[in-house]
Amino acid sequence: MTREEIGNGSEDMVIDECEPEGRERNAVPDEFNPNYLKVYYGKLFPHADIFKWMSYGNDGKHPACDQSYFGRREFSYTLDNDIYLRFQSFNSASELENSIKEKCPFKIDIGPVYSVDPAKRHAYAQTGDNVFTPVERELVFDIDITDYDDVRYCCSGADVCLDCWPLMTVAIKVIDTSLRDDFGFNHILWVFSGRRGVHCWVCDGKARRLTNEQRASIAEYFRVYKGNENNLKKVSFTGLALHPFLARSYTEVLKEFFESKLLSSQKLFSTEERYEKILEMIPDESITSELRGKWQENKRSSISKEDTNVVRWQQLKHILQSGRLKAQGLRKCVEEIVFSFTYPRLDMEVSKHMNHLLKAPFCVHPKTGRVCVPIDPNCCEEFDPTAVPTLSKLLEEMNMGALRADVGNEWDRTSLGKSVRFFRSSFLQPLLKSCKEEIENSYNAKLQHSKNSMSW
Amino acid sequence: MEIYGYQRKPLHSDAVSTLPLYRSAPLLEVRLEDFERFAIDRLRVLKGISDGLSRGKKPEEIENLAIDLWKANMRHPDASEVVNKDIIAHFVLRLVYCRTEDLRKWFLSMETALFRYRLRHESAEAQRALMAEFDLPYKAVSTSEFESMKDKLGQVARSIGQPLTPADTKFYTVPFEEVPELVAGRRVFLHKGHAYVAMNQVVSLVATQFRSHLSKALILTNRKWTSSIREQEKDRLTPIVEALCTSYLGPDYSEPREFAEISIRDIDQIAMSSFPLCMRHLFEKLREDHHLKHGGRMQLGLFLKGVGLKLDDALAFWKAEFSQKVGAERFDKEYAYSIRHNYGREGKRTDYTPFSCQKIISSAPGVGDHHGCPYRHFSEENLRAALGKMRVNSRAIEDVMDKVRNRHYQLACTLTFEAVHGTSCDAGINHPNQYFSESQKVVQLKVDPVVV
Repeated sequence: MTREEIGNGSEDMVIDECEPEGRERNAVPDEFNPNYLKVYYGKLFPHADIFKWMSYGNDGKHPACDQSYFGRREFSYTLDNDIYLRFQSFNSASELENSIKEKCPFKIDIGPVYSVDPAKRHAYAQTGDNVFTPVERELVFDIDITDYDDVRYCCSGADVCLDCWPLMTVAIKVIDTSLRDDFGFNHILWVFSGRRGVHCWVCDGKARRLTNEQRASIAEYFRVYKGNENNLKKVSFTGLALHPFLARSYTEVLKEFFESKLLSSQKLFSTEERYEKILEMIPDESITSELRGKWQENKRSSISKEDTNVVRWQQLKHILQSGRLKAQGLRKCVEEIVFSFTYPRLDMEVSKHMNHLLKAPFCVHPKTGRVCVPIDPNCCEEFDPTAVPTLSKLLEEMNMGALRADVGNEWDRTSLGKSVRFFRSSFLQPLLKSCKEEIENSYNAKLQHSKNSMSW
Repeated sequence: MEIYGYQRKPLHSDAVSTLPLYRSAPLLEVRLEDFERFAIDRLRVLKGISDGLSRGKKPEEIENLAIDLWKANMRHPDASEVVNKDIIAHFVLRLVYCRTEDLRKWFLSMETALFRYRLRHESAEAQRALMAEFDLPYKAVSTSEFESMKDKLGQVARSIGQPLTPADTKFYTVPFEEVPELVAGRRVFLHKGHAYVAMNQVVSLVATQFRSHLSKALILTNRKWTSSIREQEKDRLTPIVEALCTSYLGPDYSEPREFAEISIRDIDQIAMSSFPLCMRHLFEKLREDHHLKHGGRMQLGLFLKGVGLKLDDALAFWKAEFSQKVGAERFDKEYAYSIRHNYGREGKRTDYTPFSCQKIISSAPGVGDHHGCPYRHFSEENLRAALGKMRVNSRAIEDVMDKVRNRHYQLACTLTFEAVHGTSCDAGINHPNQYFSESQKVVQLKVDPVVV
């Protein structure tokens, strides 16, 4: 769509206000619409920032910059009617931008950087020498609320509400802290996936160069939850202590969240069916029957103001942690229960392989119409998935904005502005600074090396 | 072994360790019968380890088994020849197992496992020497740093059930990327990208290096094999090399054999009579939920392919189920591809092989998954119920559960087979498709009794 057409479009809408059916049209119907998407890609999508990010400093003038870098990155598009275009590649910011505007993809996925330009992979295949293989890829994580269906009672499937979303917040906190403190990564981007989960992009140089085996080891490090409906125990700690990473996650995040939020918001002990699920995790008949007895009996008698869920959890904890139990093993049941309900559940396969595609930030989810905006891990509890700008809301804001003076970027006048600003200041700028340093360091090291070899 | 064209490296007679790193093939003269005999001896050891792993034995058990097998098979009457036999056997097997991806993968895991077990049996001195030889990027943790980290290090040690003793004060730091196994098992403390590795875990460091060296070497050997050795040696070594691997890897189930085809019409009845539990479970879940997650689709889909379900039938079969849940259109768009993929009609066009028991046992089914080995992945209660449904009598169920408790999952499956079919199965079950073909033999025999 050309600039003129968009201009006309917004003008139309302004004029429409005077017409009888105009009110509805100005409100911009909420459902997803390819025409809105065209406007979005034309005016709001931060093409240049995505290019800057994916170039990792290689678009500069420094002699050590790898000019082929961005061109070896795979992008893939999902078009209208589920047409899937893989192995798209671009040699410049404008090529990327023009292609996105022209194809207007419902979804843009980002793949790895390959050894050769992925669009020309067949040509290289013939020469035999240059094998077509992924060489770099951000370390990525995908966490999806549907994987929590057995521990949330408010929603199921793709639905998410403010009662279950905090599970995602907890996941962000646990994983983000570990990526920084344990693994030493610094350039981490969290993104709302548009409907029911979050994506994480770890972009440090050493993260991008991890082998598949190393990626798998990190994913495994994070894996606590095992098993499925075919076996009972979901989380089981066999050692005499928790690993420091798990211990920290427990004391700093999970315990507090479970006890002060999840217990009441999901009413974990409110019905027999629900508390039975928790009792199943305690491998001691006498304890479970004691608790069960208590709870069945005082079904009616508890008119106290205190939340039944909290009271019952305290009773369970009290029994399991009381000194009279010889079996030390039962104490850790408390932790196992908390972990079962709150610990992050990753989609392991996404993280394990370099060539897994992941949806680009700032895409629009075709079902919800919501933009995949970054989430600040430092205040992720403030993030509200139901308040994320939708395509139609953004267009409305643009229409309103068109009446005002034309200042700054188009997105600056919409609620997307905040997200783009956050993306730049908290993620992109620090990342590019360290990329520049890395490029300079490797160049100097190479110079040093060649000097040394000359003096031979 | 001059055929490799490597330079001879002098063997150190004063080496601390008797564990070679197999960096280069030595220039030794080998008699043709030794060439084959040594290789077979080593294969016995590797095969033993492989069996142990697929039975789900504990690491300590496999370690003892490996060391015993080694002692029994890799002796040589002339003590000075023991190391040479070790090296020769290794290099012969490299030739044998360099030739396909699957062979390389198997050989790589088994040799690495063997190396690890042997390394653990070396003295601390010898281990240190090997570490130096690999030029590992480790740094010793200073006493003061150790004191400040002591609590965390102790916590890790307790979490893996090996509490620190006062003597355990030697730690090294390495970039976490160097020790993926230790990271995966949360067996090290991590801080800002560094893993704190205990001396006794150094084995893992060295084994990782060993593995990556060997992996690269196998690719090179494969190139040499295809470009020259196979042709040059076609009358002498090639037949031996080709015979050596097939005699030990068991049959190939990628192509259906005796029971060439099955049709969708019969599939329910055949599933009842001849599917092993892992496949029955997937099959029933599919019928029930009209859906299976990726792992389940792969495991069942490839099995059905091995059983003789043609691509068109497979598409029809999966579509009939999935379309009830996701609609025919979504099936065509999202799932049909992966089924054609299994049959080598899409993507890199590899004709995928049905999964073996070993692969299935070692898989890790997650939430909503139904693949994996029921004997390993089901809870006791669910397994009992499933066996009951297969009409295994209660005595036999106890026997099966007994095997399961000892982690002999394939034996448990074998016992189930015997209970269901009322015949013995001496070969044991090591592949779901083998279970199927053994079962079909029994069933067919019952249908058409052999007239004597």
